[in-house]
Amino acid sequence: MKFGIVTFPGSNCDYDAYHAVTEILGEEAVYIWHKDHDLQGSDVVILPGGFSYGDYLRVGAIARFSPIMQEVAAHAKAGGPVLGICNGFQIACEAGLLPGALLRNSHLQFVSAEVSIRVENSDTLFTNRYERGEVLRIPVAHGDGRFVATNDVLDRLEGEGRVVFKYADANGNISVDANPNGSERNIAGIIGENGNVLGMMPHPERACSDLLGSSDGVRLLESILSRVAA
Amino acid sequence: MSEVTPRAGDPTITPALVAEHGLTKGEYERLVAMLGRTPTFTELGVVSALWSEHCSYKHSRPVLKTLPTTAPYVLQGPGENAGVISIGDGLAVAFKIESHNHPSAVEPYQGAATGVGGILRDVFTMGARPIAMLNSLRFGSLEDSRVRYLFSGVVKGIGDYGNCVGIPTVAGEIVFDPAYENNPLVNAMCVGLMHEEDLIRAKAEGVGNPIMAVGARTGRDGIHGASFASEDLSEASDAKRPRIQVGDPFTEKLLLEASLELIKSGHIVAIQDMGAAGLTSSSAEMAERGDVGVTIDATKVPTRESGMTPYEILLSESQERMLVVAKKGHEENVRAILTKWDLTAAVIGEVIAEPVYRVTEGSKVVAEFPGSRLVTECPSYSPEARESAAIIALRNTDPAAVVPRPEEKDHAWTLEKLLASPTIASKAWAYRQYDSTVRTNTVIGPGGDAAVLRVRGTNKAIAVKTDCNGRYVYLEPRVGGRIAVAEAARNVACTGARPMAITNCLNFGNPTKPEVFYQFKEAVAGMGEACRALGTPVTGGNVSLYNESPSGAVFPTPVIGMVGLIDDISHVTPATFQNDGDAVLLLGEMAGELGGSEYLSTIHGKAVGAPPRCDPVREKALIDALLEAIASGVVSSAHDCSDGGLAVALAECCIANPDGESGAEIDLSAYSGVADRAILFGETQARVVVSSASPQRVVAIAAAAGVPCAEIGRVRQNSDSLTISLPTGSLRASLGTMRRAYHTSIPSIMSRTVEHATFDELSPVAAH
Repeated sequence: MKFGIVTFPGSNCDYDAYHAVTEILGEEAVYIWHKDHDLQGSDVVILPGGFSYGDYLRVGAIARFSPIMQEVAAHAKAGGPVLGICNGFQIACEAGLLPGALLRNSHLQFVSAEVSIRVENSDTLFTNRYERGEVLRIPVAHGDGRFVATNDVLDRLEGEGRVVFKYADANGNISVDANPNGSERNIAGIIGENGNVLGMMPHPERACSDLLGSSDGVRLLESILSRVAA
Repeated sequence: MSEVTPRAGDPTITPALVAEHGLTKGEYERLVAMLGRTPTFTELGVVSALWSEHCSYKHSRPVLKTLPTTAPYVLQGPGENAGVISIGDGLAVAFKIESHNHPSAVEPYQGAATGVGGILRDVFTMGARPIAMLNSLRFGSLEDSRVRYLFSGVVKGIGDYGNCVGIPTVAGEIVFDPAYENNPLVNAMCVGLMHEEDLIRAKAEGVGNPIMAVGARTGRDGIHGASFASEDLSEASDAKRPRIQVGDPFTEKLLLEASLELIKSGHIVAIQDMGAAGLTSSSAEMAERGDVGVTIDATKVPTRESGMTPYEILLSESQERMLVVAKKGHEENVRAILTKWDLTAAVIGEVIAEPVYRVTEGSKVVAEFPGSRLVTECPSYSPEARESAAIIALRNTDPAAVVPRPEEKDHAWTLEKLLASPTIASKAWAYRQYDSTVRTNTVIGPGGDAAVLRVRGTNKAIAVKTDCNGRYVYLEPRVGGRIAVAEAARNVACTGARPMAITNCLNFGNPTKPEVFYQFKEAVAGMGEACRALGTPVTGGNVSLYNESPSGAVFPTPVIGMVGLIDDISHVTPATFQNDGDAVLLLGEMAGELGGSEYLSTIHGKAVGAPPRCDPVREKALIDALLEAIASGVVSSAHDCSDGGLAVALAECCIANPDGESGAEIDLSAYSGVADRAILFGETQARVVVSSASPQRVVAIAAAAGVPCAEIGRVRQNSDSLTISLPTGSLRASLGTMRRAYHTSIPSIMSRTVEHATFDELSPVAAH
């Protein structure tokens, strides 16, 4: 399977995603330049973390207009898997691939930490290798990670099982203390209407090695592999 | 030589103008003699920057020459943008530390951010990809609201810049002491990884080769930043806010990628950051290193605003710019790479055979200096050095005579106070704002003894740390200099790494004061002694003088940035207790030295006594024994014993990791010759707290190396406290109390208001 990793000029987690796919998952990966119009035949598109165009305006606001995003949107519309991580989640929201928006963290500071997230739905393209209710250890590193949406949208997301991950404590309890950025309902990751676009603030590609603290992110990549390959 | 006449519209050279440019009468005469005529305004500007302390090291060079700089694995020593050492497998590590103290004192956010940007460029211009950032910060007391403003601004500046570029900030140190009240220290270090064959130097070569300005455009910001950094801070400093540069990390990220691509491409022969003194110093230094002449046309430099004079263009410190010497005929290839990254590249000059440094405005010559004399003939001073009688008196004060406070009857009270003191307490409030895991190499991040980064494609890792205890250096500079190096080495060794080499950032006061120059000379001598004994040469660094405010000079603070190598990644060792029932051992001796301790400072508000002795040879023996024990697989954890002494080190082993607390039962009653408080809080050097399931093996290894070693207790994971038996008393501190003190101290202080105050609003602060 081929993973296409979009490199915006300010992407800085493209390299980590590339290595997670090639070294840990053992699959093929290519970098896709933001000025291009070609996904190079990628089966899965990753929008990696970083600061796409500096993000001085509003996170992801400029990236949605970059040339490659037309192809990414078409890929998503055709049912192709898209994984937006951190800045990639922000861009996916700006591009209308996912509902809601990501605002400045409620405490106004950048937060870099390993956090716990609970798997809310294990029957998705991205989470079928996890158990529902399982608690994962995964790093976050962002200044704008507070997920917001109207109550209607939030209710719908929850009702349709589209909230995939929530911030929780080590025992899986959803609490204010476990929420690193003030996200509504502790939401850490959601999927789009058709289940083929996942946006999440935590970095699964940084949780692919016990040496670095956690390998809980590996099964997310394996989940995609098992569904798409099958 | 061309004829150089004053440029229309430029001010006339007067003694007042010369003084305004920071040149002494003697220095001005030297300039006139070199030129054989009166300098132009542009020339005066160029010289004021290049001969500033910041660029010229005119007071420090002769002393710095005494430091050891060689080892078989040193590929590049001092004198380049960064030092480089080989780590085997064809790989090399480039690293350097630099200060941004003065800008940060006036504008903390931009000051710190551009400090990070500058040091990043120093490393990637060597051809290395930055893999880690560190910092070393000093502030006044956090009780002061302006200090809280400075601290939060500096931390945010460091975080925002490094996070955006995508380089993890993995380690550092933060110290709070009234000695740094109006003059914070902000030192940033960058570590990069490269293939040895990609090493490139900033040396202009090849007559006819074009000189190109690449990256961001040149604006009017930061003009005279280097001179500003070379004078004492004062009430007038706030007015010099325009001398501070403004950073753009997004452009830096583009420049980083473009520069590494340029270096790989083979289209260029040299590249250098336009840092302090901007285009002036980068071009003059590249010419001097290559022993060639250069000519630069100021009108060809891409500018951000119209109407900039040659003077402004030469002295601008606009950020995110590079000077490149391209291969003749390859200009378009260079431009193509920059264009890919949406950056500009313009030919602005040429390498010439004629031994001159020439700047033109179109066809008119506005500045011209003979050969490289501009750099080589810069003044050099060896000022008088004399120790301050007041400091001698402080050192001779017997710490044992300091009467304990009544509360100290309960040693747990004292321990709690120390754990809550901002210098010792957890710095998570700061480092949670730094992305420490991007690039997925961080094996041990902030909060450990040193950070550890894996080296992809090998079984190796590198360990990095910054260290210095300025109070020790203040009380006895030579000993303090030794300790700075030794502690950095010990920290790196605690993670399992062999200390390899250092970079240093020497933060001192005004060198023309004999007391300050004494500190400088002695501290560097002490560093040199430790570097020689530990086999860790100096590969470069930075000197920051004039760290003085109206309240006096800062503590002399020679910050050491240490790089260590771990040959087998399975040897990486954590700092905190790991397993129930492990024996706790103290490697090193029990001398009970309280002089210069954090205990005296925090509990009694005193900086007195002789700092702990430091014998670099014993430090080396300790490190060798520790590394042998770690390599034998018998060490569960290792933690350096430093600020706050053994009691604080043990407490940190128990509670520093919030996800894995342990209790411990310790017995120090055998040390009957030493007072209880000195056992607990004395800061004797060359000591490490180790936990092990095979204590006999550790004892045997230490004995063979001639290092004192004693089993002093057990890790008790089911216990909710740390207990210590002492010759006359005991200490019992609950994990909950220690946790609260250590982890909530800084967040709770920082939740108070932070207000922006300027120097004018400050009340006079008594000299320390």
